[in-house]
Amino acid sequence: MKFRSPLKNARGLGSANEGLSHWWLQRISAVALIPLCLWFVYSLLAIFAAPYGAVISWFGSPLNSSLMLLFVLVSLYHGQTGIQVVIEDYIHTKSVSMTLLLLVKGGSLLLAVVSVVSILKVAIGG
Amino acid sequence: MSNINTDRPLSPHLQVYSLQLTMVLSIFHRGTGIFLMVGIPVLVLWLYMLQSGEHNYGHAMKYLAYPVGRLLLLGWTFSIFYHLCNGVRHLFWDIGKGYEISTLYRSGAAVVVVSILMTLATWLCAYGLI
Repeated sequence: MKFRSPLKNARGLGSANEGLSHWWLQRISAVALIPLCLWFVYSLLAIFAAPYGAVISWFGSPLNSSLMLLFVLVSLYHGQTGIQVVIEDYIHTKSVSMTLLLLVKGGSLLLAVVSVVSILKVAIGG
Repeated sequence: MSNINTDRPLSPHLQVYSLQLTMVLSIFHRGTGIFLMVGIPVLVLWLYMLQSGEHNYGHAMKYLAYPVGRLLLLGWTFSIFYHLCNGVRHLFWDIGKGYEISTLYRSGAAVVVVSILMTLATWLCAYGLI
């Protein structure tokens, strides 16, 4: 006996109800992070030993601050998809996994906003 | 029902599974991913301290320069390179390439060597040695 309706097959979303969007977005962010990670390490090497004023003026360059923003935001997005998979794999109590997922997602959103405000403040004010 | 063989081998459990390079690398991919995610709040805190002025930024840099701070930074450097290299390996698997056993071991070994070399190069650069 077939329990699947033709509509379910047509939508192609499967049992997770979201198709492969989670998997796909994780791969897209992974590909974006290849150049971003290399740029990030290279940049930190340049500014980590620099005095405060030099770091501020480094962020004053729109290219630097934009790439730093992209790095933090894409990393957070990618990391949050990864942690979600880890939680779904190992935590089998629905209430606990739901709570952890909300904490991770909410925490990621908070960190994203703080980083945007901080970087913009330095970039524009400095 | 009586002819079911109850002595059949059970599914191998992690505790009786001998360690193989491929599984260690897989565990490391998750481990470094989680560790990197722990690092993001530190990065955001660093950015926050930067915008809050020279005094606070100096404090942040002082803490990062402590031995524990340096050790964490070293860990994050290796993790970012390892997760990056092994992530590229994953992307090749996603397009259906690199599944032969010999390729798996060769690409795995390459990931270890390259990520260690990149970490070394970064830290030698940071200390002004290259």
